[in-house]
Amino acid sequence: MKKHLLSAGDLSRDDAVRVLDTAAELLGVAQRPIKKLPTLRGRTVVNLFFEDSTRTRISFEAAAKRLSADVINFSAKGSSVSKGESLKDTALTLQAMGADAVVIRHHFSGAPHRLAAAGWTNGAVVNAGDGTHEHPTQALLDAFTMRSHLMPDGGTGSDLAGKNVTIVGDVLHSRVARSNALLLHTLGANVTLVAPPTLLPVGIDAWPVRTSYDLDDSLEGADAIMMLRVQHERKNASYFPSAREYSRRYGLDTTRMNRLPDHAIVLHPGPMNRGMEITADVADSGRSVIVEQVTNGVAVRMAVLYLLVSGATNEEGEGS
Amino acid sequence: MATPDDVSDAATDPVRTVLDAGEISRALTRITHEILERNHGSAEVVLLGIPKRGVPLARRIARRMGEVEGREIRSGALDVTMYRDDLSLKPARALAHTETPDDVDDKIVVLVDDVLMSGRTIRAALDALGDLGRPRAVQLAVLIDRGHRELPIRADFVGKNLPTALTEKVRVRLSETDDVEDAVGIVGSVAGGAA
Amino acid sequence: MTSYVIRRAKILGGEPTDIAIEDGLITAIGTDLTVDGATEVDATGLVALPGLVDLHTHLREPGREDAETVLTGTQAAARGGFTCVHAMANTDPVADTAGVVEQVWRLGREGGYCDVQPIGAVTVGLGGTQLAELGAMADSAANVRVFSDDGKCVSDAVLMRRALEYVKAFDGVVAQHAQEPRLTEGAQMNEGLVSGELGLTGWPAAAEEAIVARDCVLAAHVGSRLHVCHLSTRGSVEIVRWAKSKGWDVTAEVTPHHLLLTDDLVRGYDPIYKVNPPLRTADDVAAVREGLADGTIDIVATDHAPHPMEDKECEWSAAAFGMIGLETALSVVQHTMVDTGLLTWEQVAERLSAAPARISRVGGGHGRPLAVGEPAHVVLYDAEATRTIVPADTASLSRNTPYAGRELPGRVVATFLRGVPTVLDGQLQEVQP
Repeated sequence: MKKHLLSAGDLSRDDAVRVLDTAAELLGVAQRPIKKLPTLRGRTVVNLFFEDSTRTRISFEAAAKRLSADVINFSAKGSSVSKGESLKDTALTLQAMGADAVVIRHHFSGAPHRLAAAGWTNGAVVNAGDGTHEHPTQALLDAFTMRSHLMPDGGTGSDLAGKNVTIVGDVLHSRVARSNALLLHTLGANVTLVAPPTLLPVGIDAWPVRTSYDLDDSLEGADAIMMLRVQHERKNASYFPSAREYSRRYGLDTTRMNRLPDHAIVLHPGPMNRGMEITADVADSGRSVIVEQVTNGVAVRMAVLYLLVSGATNEEGEGS
Repeated sequence: MATPDDVSDAATDPVRTVLDAGEISRALTRITHEILERNHGSAEVVLLGIPKRGVPLARRIARRMGEVEGREIRSGALDVTMYRDDLSLKPARALAHTETPDDVDDKIVVLVDDVLMSGRTIRAALDALGDLGRPRAVQLAVLIDRGHRELPIRADFVGKNLPTALTEKVRVRLSETDDVEDAVGIVGSVAGGAA
Repeated sequence: MTSYVIRRAKILGGEPTDIAIEDGLITAIGTDLTVDGATEVDATGLVALPGLVDLHTHLREPGREDAETVLTGTQAAARGGFTCVHAMANTDPVADTAGVVEQVWRLGREGGYCDVQPIGAVTVGLGGTQLAELGAMADSAANVRVFSDDGKCVSDAVLMRRALEYVKAFDGVVAQHAQEPRLTEGAQMNEGLVSGELGLTGWPAAAEEAIVARDCVLAAHVGSRLHVCHLSTRGSVEIVRWAKSKGWDVTAEVTPHHLLLTDDLVRGYDPIYKVNPPLRTADDVAAVREGLADGTIDIVATDHAPHPMEDKECEWSAAAFGMIGLETALSVVQHTMVDTGLLTWEQVAERLSAAPARISRVGGGHGRPLAVGEPAHVVLYDAEATRTIVPADTASLSRNTPYAGRELPGRVVATFLRGVPTVLDGQLQEVQP
């Protein structure tokens, strides 16, 4: 594996399967009486959050703590960052504190790349969501959830070859969609992105995915469907005329869900806009794996931290 | 878990076979009986193999034990990777599967591994086991004890004591993991070429 | 005043010849010239070009003297072979009054490294709502003829029309920064394949082309001169080509970086590549090269935009737009246009000296050919040299060059401003203003 996890595209197929297999083992730790491993004892993981995201932060925090790492939460709000300290100075401070890993969440696309490439910190940089770019650990936990449901024997050791995944919603602004498109393609799945034309980025023809403007056309044959959160603000920017029209054309309701194959699962990265992109009865139905995604998130992040931080510092790691 | 002595790809080095398939089988049968004798039967015993080759060894002992006891006995696996003390010296390793056939609380857990040397793997295993529960007692069965201990750890049941030089490698091959006939061999020569 | 004889220079890349300079003028061109008491300059193997004229330079003074001053900017210009630069109006205060443009003009004269011709703002404070006193700036000592809100687009069609009309009174030209503001809200880079991948808000080519097209039509309608700043897309080239085919008085410029760099460079999120207009695609690069070669694009202008380090050592979206370029412009033009066979040295002289001087109506003998009786604005350029760009090796106060570590051909060996060497042997000279 590479030293940092900045993009889902950083992972080869074998890297990704390795993360998922490791996560599968670590998932068991949550069921044990002692939910802690000594692996990262004495290591420091910094959660550097320039953007509020309680869900992602506590997921990473739980992951790091279950591996016995020391966790420092550095939130931009109320810190020197809000007083104009630059990313560079913040990074140098973290470096001086001996951060072995920096988990960074930032409202600007590419901030984790800057942190990793500019030489301001020696630690492994983990992208916990950057602007409208990527959110690789979310894609890993989504892939993990899909694999455990769709592949035989819980999927250990396997990828998602041949599985059909439909991702619906604001692809243009979604870091989840970008990371999932890359990772699912790497894992051999067939990805279809469904959105109104206004919410698909220019240049998407070059992505390794199929695209469609029609949700009803994209239900049959889907093994998994992922509904993306749609911000109400997009309506004001005329990406679509109204929430009602969006929901009618691109929302997942029971009628649409019933047209999915029986084994198909429904995912959502959260937080949900019930009634907008997904109806309450779909979100709470037996096909919904949304709560499970949260549980899997901790195991996947443990796996990422373990694989990036525990070993000897090396750029590429060994193949086996 | 692969022990430090395990050299999986040193196929070109000359190998002196010290145990063949029949001898390995007899050693495991003897260990099985010793475990039953020491623990007055199998009722309280939980067998946990340490990946990678301890797992099939534990399974073979469980099968033999089941034959003697007249019931099906399952063994488990205990991965110690996350408890190793040398993690930071090598790139991160893949994890193996941990699976216990039964609750370990108040049981007699017999750890099974292929080769015992420094004792560090067993130290890690004891820590890992402690996080799973609180066994009444822990015992250790190994196919080969080659000495060179670095920690105060000893085996309760030993297939064969094999005095070796540090420069030598002990190579264990099992049909389940290696797709070849069972064998234990010594690879490499005594330091300085002395006989 | 010292006299010079430049030996064996290849004027516009031609046969080696000597050039005699006396009292700031070229007094003789020929072989084996002798001038009493003249300093000899060996120019064997060097190309001689007329002093370069930059129509688009940000000197930052007044207001951002931490990024650049008129002195350091003109020193960088001299090292790049320029003898005249046009100072953009987006300073603080904005150059929207006779007072500010005269101040900048005077600072240039005091430095003595390069003539500084101020550009006046089109609207008060670049605010885009009210015309600045264009006539007062034209009538000032700075003699302003080029007006631009560069950095911002004069997006209001009525205001643009009025500006185009108004400057006709003194043969002025409006130099438009073509960027439709609504289409580029929050835009960070060229909209295309790469922006989609990187999740950066895209800057559609259409936002530039829509304004270029509108302005061409407006200029034609009112019979005025339009200059399109830093044109960057294939569509813009085609629109300008069409406007010229109609006989409309439209001129256009391209920057060196748009002749060479593409938006693929943004992939690492290093803001050194953040610039306005943004780096475009390889196809756009090919189009602007073709446009410059066939004369659709009249000139190369640097858009030299110095920024202090902290404005680039940050997240992409927080970083400032712009790159420095005075000292690398000629090398990039050689690399992209001359070494590729698209331009001759004679055409380089047209596009980097004669045409920009003509567009701006600048005096002082800038843009004149290397001929007897002309003011001695001369560049001696070693086209055979190669150099690796080191950011610290600059006279600019700023280091934001996108070419760090890149090998580029050519090196300016000497620059003469009115017969005074501002650069000799590649080194800045002491000059008496």
